Amino acid sequence: MNGPSTFSAVATILGKDLRVELRTLQSIPAMVLFSTTIYVIFRFGLDRTQLDGGLATGVLLVTILFAALLAINRLFVAEREQGGFEAIRLAPVDGTALFLAKALALLVYLTILELFAIPVFWLFFLDSGTGLLPMLPVVLLLNGALATTGALISPIATNSTARDLIGPLILLPLLVPPMVAASAAGAKLLLAGGPDYDKYASWLGALGLYDAIFLLIGWAVFDFLLED
Amino acid sequence: MNPNRLRTLAIITAALIGAGFALVFFWVPNEADQGFIQKIFYLHVPLAIIALAGFVIGGIHAIRHLRTGDPVHDMRAYVSIHTSVIFGVAVLITGAIWAKASWGRWWVWDEPTLVSFLIVFLLYATYYPLRYAIPDRERQGRYASVFAIAAGAFVPLNFMVVRMAQSLVHPRTFATADGGLPGDMWVGFLVCFAGIAMLWLTLVCFEMTAKRTSAQLSRLRRALDGTARAGGGVGARIAPGTANVPS
Repeated sequence: MNGPSTFSAVATILGKDLRVELRTLQSIPAMVLFSTTIYVIFRFGLDRTQLDGGLATGVLLVTILFAALLAINRLFVAEREQGGFEAIRLAPVDGTALFLAKALALLVYLTILELFAIPVFWLFFLDSGTGLLPMLPVVLLLNGALATTGALISPIATNSTARDLIGPLILLPLLVPPMVAASAAGAKLLLAGGPDYDKYASWLGALGLYDAIFLLIGWAVFDFLLED
Repeated sequence: MNPNRLRTLAIITAALIGAGFALVFFWVPNEADQGFIQKIFYLHVPLAIIALAGFVIGGIHAIRHLRTGDPVHDMRAYVSIHTSVIFGVAVLITGAIWAKASWGRWWVWDEPTLVSFLIVFLLYATYYPLRYAIPDRERQGRYASVFAIAAGAFVPLNFMVVRMAQSLVHPRTFATADGGLPGDMWVGFLVCFAGIAMLWLTLVCFEMTAKRTSAQLSRLRRALDGTARAGGGVGARIAPGTANVPS
């Protein structure tokens, strides 16, 4: 095949997605609003105004997870409605470029969401933010897990008849391991008495391993989701 | 598979399971700590191992399906996963009974193997709604195979992470301080294990045969009555590839 390289195809699709998001503002503002509302619900659901340790980590990570599901549900909707799937099949590029571009787009969305959601979380619930700094690598690796599994499962859900149902249904159990790892790391980092780095490196390793494996699986099988 | 071989398979399975249970109940001694209730181990552990192995086998069939495009591999992946999900229900029930008997509660969150199994079960339970939601047979097969491969890789990762998250791990039955199971318990366990493995295989073979037969039946119906085109048969909606599988 003498088409453009996979790298330039990824850059083009990613640029297209980010431009569309910038013009329509469909996903990110909704995610930010949603996360803030979830915090309010947790404040009353748990009946707590200050959080630390495992409870704080749980509120932060579950909020990010639910906000990510919003973006994942919408990730391939434009592709289905406006013929993007046909276009990538016709274009002389590797179909995997679509997977990589969508995973990167999700990463960008999640990072922007967290630029708002983490400071708001600090403001709402935490006494001190010292645990948040070592929490950043944990959250970034969790973003990787959300992005790779999301970009793999979202086209399956989008092309099914029960779109909004299938995505979360498959993704939630699939995301249990990274949530377990990130929560276990965070529970120690966000302790009221300051961060405790017990097993920190092994949790980062487990998250990294999960990201790498799902990146490879997506790379290997994504083409089969595009055939028709 | 021809009916005689199916019958032989069923007889071997029944004999092995009968022999296994007879050994466990009348020959293998009671375990010192837990007594009689520990005997559920001879059912629970083989069921769990075989269910997990079935999920992995489903993943391998899924890889072959994607590589060859032959719907028979998709059907094998479906039947493997389906049988393992049914075994999974039995694992969770026997696990709950064992937990109630030895720890006094129906469910314990600090037993990593049981928790991991629940997560794996929850993931594979979504295999059915996934298949139901994709009407096109060919696409349904491909998507289901992608799912089966991702889920197959998920199984070991999940066990690793959940085990890491336990501050305290319960002693393993196979690796206790004094060197694991005594010999007679191993014999009982291995016979039961072989019996349950054969049960899995027999159920898979029965379902494959049933699917092929119903596909053949609907082909014959279509041939008999050219006007009646809806010959899919009962339950064909999520039965992968029944319409074009060679018998």
